[in-house]
Amino acid sequence: MTTATAPTPSGLLWRVCQVTGYRVYTPVQRLILVNAVAAVVSLTLGGILALMMALTRWEAVSLLPAELYYRFTSAHGVLMLVFWIVFFEIAALLFGGTILINHRLKGVRFAWIYSVLMVVGAIVTTATTLSGHANNMFTAYPPLVNHPMFYVGILLFAVGALLGACHFVYQVWTARREGVVAGPLPLVVYALLAAAIIAIWTLLHGAVAYVPALLQSLGLITLDAAVYRTLFWGFGHGAQQINLAAMVAVWYALAAITTGARPVNEGLSRFAFVLYLVGINMGSMHHLLVDPGIGMHARIINTSYFMYAALLGSLIHAFSIPAALETAQRARGYTNGLFEWFLRGPWREPGYSALMISVIGFGFIAGVSGVLMGTMQLNMLIHNTLFVVGHFHATVVLGTTVAFMGLAYYVVPLVAKRDLAFLGLARWQPALYGTGLLTMIGGMMLAGKLGASRRVWDPSFSGAPLQVESLTSPLMTFANTLIGLGAIVAVAGGAAFVLIMVATVFFGRRSDKPAVGTLGIIAGDQGPRSDVEIPEYDHHAKRFQAPGTTTLVFIFLVWFVAMFAWAAFNLGNVGWGVS
Amino acid sequence: MSALNAPSTRYVAPVGRDERIWLAFAVVWCLFLFVIMYVWQFFGEQRTPIESYRIEPSEFRALTQDYIASHRIGEVEGVPIVVPTDGGEAFLAARAFQFEPVLQLKVGESVRIYLSSYDFQHGLSIQPLNLNFQVLPGYVYVVNLTPTTTGEFGIICNEFCGLGHHVMSGRIIVTE
Repeated sequence: MTTATAPTPSGLLWRVCQVTGYRVYTPVQRLILVNAVAAVVSLTLGGILALMMALTRWEAVSLLPAELYYRFTSAHGVLMLVFWIVFFEIAALLFGGTILINHRLKGVRFAWIYSVLMVVGAIVTTATTLSGHANNMFTAYPPLVNHPMFYVGILLFAVGALLGACHFVYQVWTARREGVVAGPLPLVVYALLAAAIIAIWTLLHGAVAYVPALLQSLGLITLDAAVYRTLFWGFGHGAQQINLAAMVAVWYALAAITTGARPVNEGLSRFAFVLYLVGINMGSMHHLLVDPGIGMHARIINTSYFMYAALLGSLIHAFSIPAALETAQRARGYTNGLFEWFLRGPWREPGYSALMISVIGFGFIAGVSGVLMGTMQLNMLIHNTLFVVGHFHATVVLGTTVAFMGLAYYVVPLVAKRDLAFLGLARWQPALYGTGLLTMIGGMMLAGKLGASRRVWDPSFSGAPLQVESLTSPLMTFANTLIGLGAIVAVAGGAAFVLIMVATVFFGRRSDKPAVGTLGIIAGDQGPRSDVEIPEYDHHAKRFQAPGTTTLVFIFLVWFVAMFAWAAFNLGNVGWGVS
Repeated sequence: MSALNAPSTRYVAPVGRDERIWLAFAVVWCLFLFVIMYVWQFFGEQRTPIESYRIEPSEFRALTQDYIASHRIGEVEGVPIVVPTDGGEAFLAARAFQFEPVLQLKVGESVRIYLSSYDFQHGLSIQPLNLNFQVLPGYVYVVNLTPTTTGEFGIICNEFCGLGHHVMSGRIIVTE
């Protein structure tokens, strides 16, 4: 627990949250909300574009003309992968750097400056893209370039985000120095610190890629294709590591909020975040595994995060989070069999169902497919196919976005001091969104396996002089139909989230004790609310403390090995010699 | 205390028995995934092409055109069909928005393909094998293929290369 040496709440600047007991430095509230609203606006725009894109690739609909499809693909990428995620992460850093450690925000004006910088950057880039001046995707590989204003906007946004990440580190440092945090940081804040450090490194990489890209777009320099790809993915892949660390931080937070779970082994969980930091600047060659210009050792060392250090970190969390949930639920009396704790979890609590969908979806689909794609030889079967798109919708949407939505159901009403609107809808939203995403991701992976390419207006290349017959088959039509239908359901789920957020922030009933979720909130400043005493994990026990989790992780490992074996079989099945 | 609260004092605890077992399996799996890439690269039938060279796009274009002129055996839809050189070498060029030439290979005979682009970045995607390689202007990627099945194999571009990206295709023909 944080110590209470900071001044007692007084005057206008501090309040005590009636629900969680956290002391809240009030100037930070509006900053968190501004970033959260900017995130939701980006998500809304990106979602509308997503629907139109999926309905274009689905031959039965073929909604957009080619130019608009490419234009919207550029815009969708930057709105979702950059603006939605990073605005939310900055909101989370502002939250973690103040409320979770009882600290005041040092430099409120500074925080406003970088928030505004990010908003301006996002508007400039989005306007440039939507007006058709950046149709070459947000990767814009040279010699293709986007309009200079596209890069100007991205750079403004990135500088803002960089300042935000540095600000969080400064907050933690001053909290330490001033004795606001005397002992270790809460695990969630520790995880956010890992995310912030990765963010600083990644955004510096971003400058190294985007500044030359801007100069090239102005006609001042010419960039080498391979060099740019290497620089770009130092930023592009690192950005996914920020999302990973931030998502796992949110997992620990949601587990605490919805079940009062306590980490089974604080030290090991922290070590796992250190492993993420070790893998920080690696993984970028996942995108370059079948590129010319790179040696074998560089590819293998980089793609494996040096012997899968980052994967080991994720495998630690894969045990530690379900085990924490299991321990908490067993303490509530759900002790029958291996899985009663799982089956009788608080599924009607939006944060809990979001957590479970995110953890299971990320583990079984996103993580496993990522390792398959990152295996150098297997990548030959996957590079630039729609399978890649299925994979990153599993990581960034089914994993990160669902987790962030789950957290928003608590943080947004509590910070806005308004009741969560449409609770009944919120209960169903993660399941609705998750179902749509699973369908869409399954369709994308199947289509990619059948050879469909990513980022193409007409996946069957029906207008090409040399026809490619294998791209049209009943199975491919089925895959495209899954993508279209899945996207419709997912966008409905996304719209439900947006509706709930907008209704909460702007029209929710004002309250000093806002209604959130169905459980109220279980974990706050004073630790888990005492409906039950949740025991500490007994590390010396001879019996398994979490037999359900132990079973679950080995089921996961069997699935992982089976998928790897299947992919290896598929590569062998090519028959042709390749070297 | 939950993950939202600071742990009381020391947080370094011994790792429990179930976690230890899981960790052991996890470490072994991670190491396997790492080592298997080296094993595959030395002993596998399908290895990732590594060999590559820098070249000016204009020079690559000239070499490819010479090769097409001297090894042309026909034409399909306006695209020349060629056979590999006696030494088993061939050029395959990507340009907006066509792969050229169409390669006619013999089953069981290895061919050393020099792959590059005249203009933008492209993606070589051989269907229905679903073998995919990046094509960069300024670099020759040496892709060695040994066909084991006969027939016509489509090529599509799978790296966005401009507004004509979705009509960019090519072909490999494998005969007895």
